[in-house]
Amino acid sequence: MLKNRIIPCLDVKNGRVVKGINFVDLKDAGDPVEQAKIYSDGGADEICFLDITASNENRDTIYDVVEKTSKKCFVPLTVGGGVRSVEDINKLLNCGADKVSINTAAVENSKVVIDSSKKFGSQCIVVAIDAKKNGEKWEVFTHGGRNNSGIDALKYAKQMEDSGAGELLVTSMDKDGTKSGYDIELMKKITSNINIPVIASGGVGTLDHLVDGINSGASAVLAASIFHYGTYSINEAKEYLASKDIPVRI
Amino acid sequence: MNVTIVDYKSGNISSVINSFKEVAKDKVTIEVTSDLNKIKSSDKVVLPGQGSFKSCVDALNKIKGLTDTLNEFAINYKKPLLGICVGLQMFADVGYEETETKGLGWISGKVSKIDNQNGKYKLPHIGWNQINIVKDSKIFKDIENNSHMYFVHSYEFVPNDKKVVSATTDYSSNIVCSVEKENIFGTQFHPEKSDRIGLKIIDNFINL
Repeated sequence: MLKNRIIPCLDVKNGRVVKGINFVDLKDAGDPVEQAKIYSDGGADEICFLDITASNENRDTIYDVVEKTSKKCFVPLTVGGGVRSVEDINKLLNCGADKVSINTAAVENSKVVIDSSKKFGSQCIVVAIDAKKNGEKWEVFTHGGRNNSGIDALKYAKQMEDSGAGELLVTSMDKDGTKSGYDIELMKKITSNINIPVIASGGVGTLDHLVDGINSGASAVLAASIFHYGTYSINEAKEYLASKDIPVRI
Repeated sequence: MNVTIVDYKSGNISSVINSFKEVAKDKVTIEVTSDLNKIKSSDKVVLPGQGSFKSCVDALNKIKGLTDTLNEFAINYKKPLLGICVGLQMFADVGYEETETKGLGWISGKVSKIDNQNGKYKLPHIGWNQINIVKDSKIFKDIENNSHMYFVHSYEFVPNDKKVVSATTDYSSNIVCSVEKENIFGTQFHPEKSDRIGLKIIDNFINL
């Protein structure tokens, strides 16, 4: 039986982890490579890096991080943040990323998704959707949540599936950072409408939230702070999901 | 000993390279090449594959003499070869992804889309699934039945002769996820992304 995945996400800026886990035995708490290794040793089903480097001159730092991580972690590695073109995707894959997530570039030009999924295969193309509720619908935001595209998130999700995305990473901007749980209504609407796997993101504060995320139809749940701050270990999260009859890899 | 990972420009093989190098350490030389002479002289060959069946077959055929060299290696000389993901699928006679495409024809059978049962099963089949070992395979030495492996695919290999099947996984139906036919091995899952247990499979292949 296919297991539901738990994916810890690390924010990386200028090659360093922002708000990372703070374990006593860590030699360098800001080193994304070492943190990723802790997660993969701890049973993470995949690792996700979100590059939030703002300035262009430091953008190359992520390639070095990915290259080093892929030599130490033998679980899938997804990298996103600032991916603009097929060439960016090519570079990340060559450094050892297994999947690349595309956000703003996919909204601006779906050809990036079409071309890259044809070139590299759908299995490595994740489209990240940042959605915010507006009245009865959800709208897609770009540029790290700063710009409202006005595009309907449900229609967009379907369009990305048709364009060749292998997975969708759906983040609720209303919930992100609130620790009040995923936007279950949004997840249900999107997962029931498309046939590719969805990774739920944004809002996890407790282990029950992970359970709710899976029960809303998501194939995987992504979380950052509950793991960073050591509130829960990956293994505790998995044990808890298993106790609620959710299939996980233990 | 040297093991060659065939680099025929079919998507991303960095993870395959990294995992083989990790397992090989200094004992075994890992070559990454499409050089026909190097392939001919290697002890073992790994055939990775990402993207569609058609794109991988096209990429193989683009390199002059590569298919013949692989045929010679695996069929005439019967040296060990491991196909991963679409690398395994290409063992078939024919694949139906994008359009009907002729495969290598090493293990008779076809590659067709997984039945998603009207949307009941999401495709691609992405994530960790357990393997059901149905026959002893040399690459499963010290691998427990029901171990978890990492999968990413929408198409499945359906061999005519079920005796080649060494493991299946349950997704929509019992999907063939590992084959062994004499010197030819293949995994639909990604041992290079399946944590320590996956590295053990790579180790088993290297140590054949």
